[in-house]
Amino acid sequence: MTEILASPLDARDHARAMAGTVVEAMPVLPPVADDLPPEVAPSELLWEETVAAGGYATRRLPRGARLRLIDLAGDACASILLFNADMPTERLNVADTVKVQWNAYLGEGKLLLSDMGRVLMSIVEDGAGTHDTFCGTSNAATNAAKYGCGANSGPYPNGRDRFLLGAAKHGLQRRDVHPCVTLFKGAKIEPGGAITPLIGPFPAGRSVLLRAEMDVIMVIANCPHVLDPRDTYTVTPLRATAWRGPVTSEDDPIRNATPEGLRAFLNVEDYYR
Amino acid sequence: MSIDPHLADLSGPVVHDVIVPARAPWLHHVAAGQTLRIVDLEGNQAVDFLLYAAADDAERYSAQDTVSAQGNLFLREGTVLRSNEGRPMMTIAATSVEYHDTIGGACSCESNTLRYGHHTKAEHACVENFLEANLREGRGKRDIVSNINFFMNVPVEADGSLGIVDGISAPGLTVDLKAEMDVIVVVSNCPQINNPCNGFNPTPVRMIVAE
Repeated sequence: MTEILASPLDARDHARAMAGTVVEAMPVLPPVADDLPPEVAPSELLWEETVAAGGYATRRLPRGARLRLIDLAGDACASILLFNADMPTERLNVADTVKVQWNAYLGEGKLLLSDMGRVLMSIVEDGAGTHDTFCGTSNAATNAAKYGCGANSGPYPNGRDRFLLGAAKHGLQRRDVHPCVTLFKGAKIEPGGAITPLIGPFPAGRSVLLRAEMDVIMVIANCPHVLDPRDTYTVTPLRATAWRGPVTSEDDPIRNATPEGLRAFLNVEDYYR
Repeated sequence: MSIDPHLADLSGPVVHDVIVPARAPWLHHVAAGQTLRIVDLEGNQAVDFLLYAAADDAERYSAQDTVSAQGNLFLREGTVLRSNEGRPMMTIAATSVEYHDTIGGACSCESNTLRYGHHTKAEHACVENFLEANLREGRGKRDIVSNINFFMNVPVEADGSLGIVDGISAPGLTVDLKAEMDVIVVVSNCPQINNPCNGFNPTPVRMIVAE
């Protein structure tokens, strides 16, 4: 626009004229979704937001909330930080997550464990099958080397700097950015320990359903995987939809699937007693 | 005159040489260019290991940056131990054990209740050691991140099965770490008795720093 905005009221009218603009990457307030599971009432919706390619989002989710993440176009890369919302020194511990569950790979029924022996979130459904607990996320140096620039303010933002911003929005600092897990892009371990990245791109629309077992703060960065082999910066938007749900019951199959997992749920239930 | 075999082929004069008792923490500042040699005195003693940049301890060892940069989970001769900013902190200059672990994490009282049962809650654990050492320098829980386990063996099988199994180390084997920046080394000489990481017998290790 090339209007003259010399007066505050002209400037205000110029700003107000933008209202109602719709873009793909934005939160919907109040949240609306026409594809909720049949058993979920629209009044239970908590959050509807599409995270931009190269962008990030943060959310506090209450215990029992379900979070559905959708890889809309097949090239999303959802790297995640998770904190106990009430005591964020407790956070996701990736080493405990793989060690306690005796397996390197995330999938349906797996738990995202904190460093205090508790479950932060459960993976209730997994329509992707490609996730990564090993490689972490990109940083300014890796993006500068690969794409020529890695700055937050530039065209090729990196995951670590997105994490720093997202954590800061909740009063957290550099020390709070911890090893992450990534959903929708995988890392497969070969004999001898070589890492094979599983980058796709994948069919559009894969989704993962997570369940919050504690009140959590989540930071999601949607930047290209650090081992993405493509020369050009490639990532597509990620959709997040969350709704309220009941606290996990004693007879829940994920809760009772393994002795280690059951003790993690006992620890959560003890924390909230 | 007998020559101490643990001092063989060091990079320069020894400036620090201590025994870390079984189950204990250890903290030491190592300057850029110095080499830290860890000696597994009695064999198959897991040495849990973290690094912080001396100039800014919010920069610390990153297992994820380390394994993704080298495209492999195992720490071998030549592996660069990288920080969360992607910068080299130390390099594995030599190792007489074929590989070391960086995905197995550190035992904690809390994770022990999951792995073995709540009867283990009062047993000593590596995170206790890490916290004790870090608290002396103003760091705390937020500074505990994925660590290295020297002399520990955590294979990953084709179906993703993963666990701490019998170690591949032996008495007197060593790892030499060359500091690429001024670092703060924080160690837990692992006290775990519920899995094979210490051969079910925590033992002392020797730390030698050479110029």
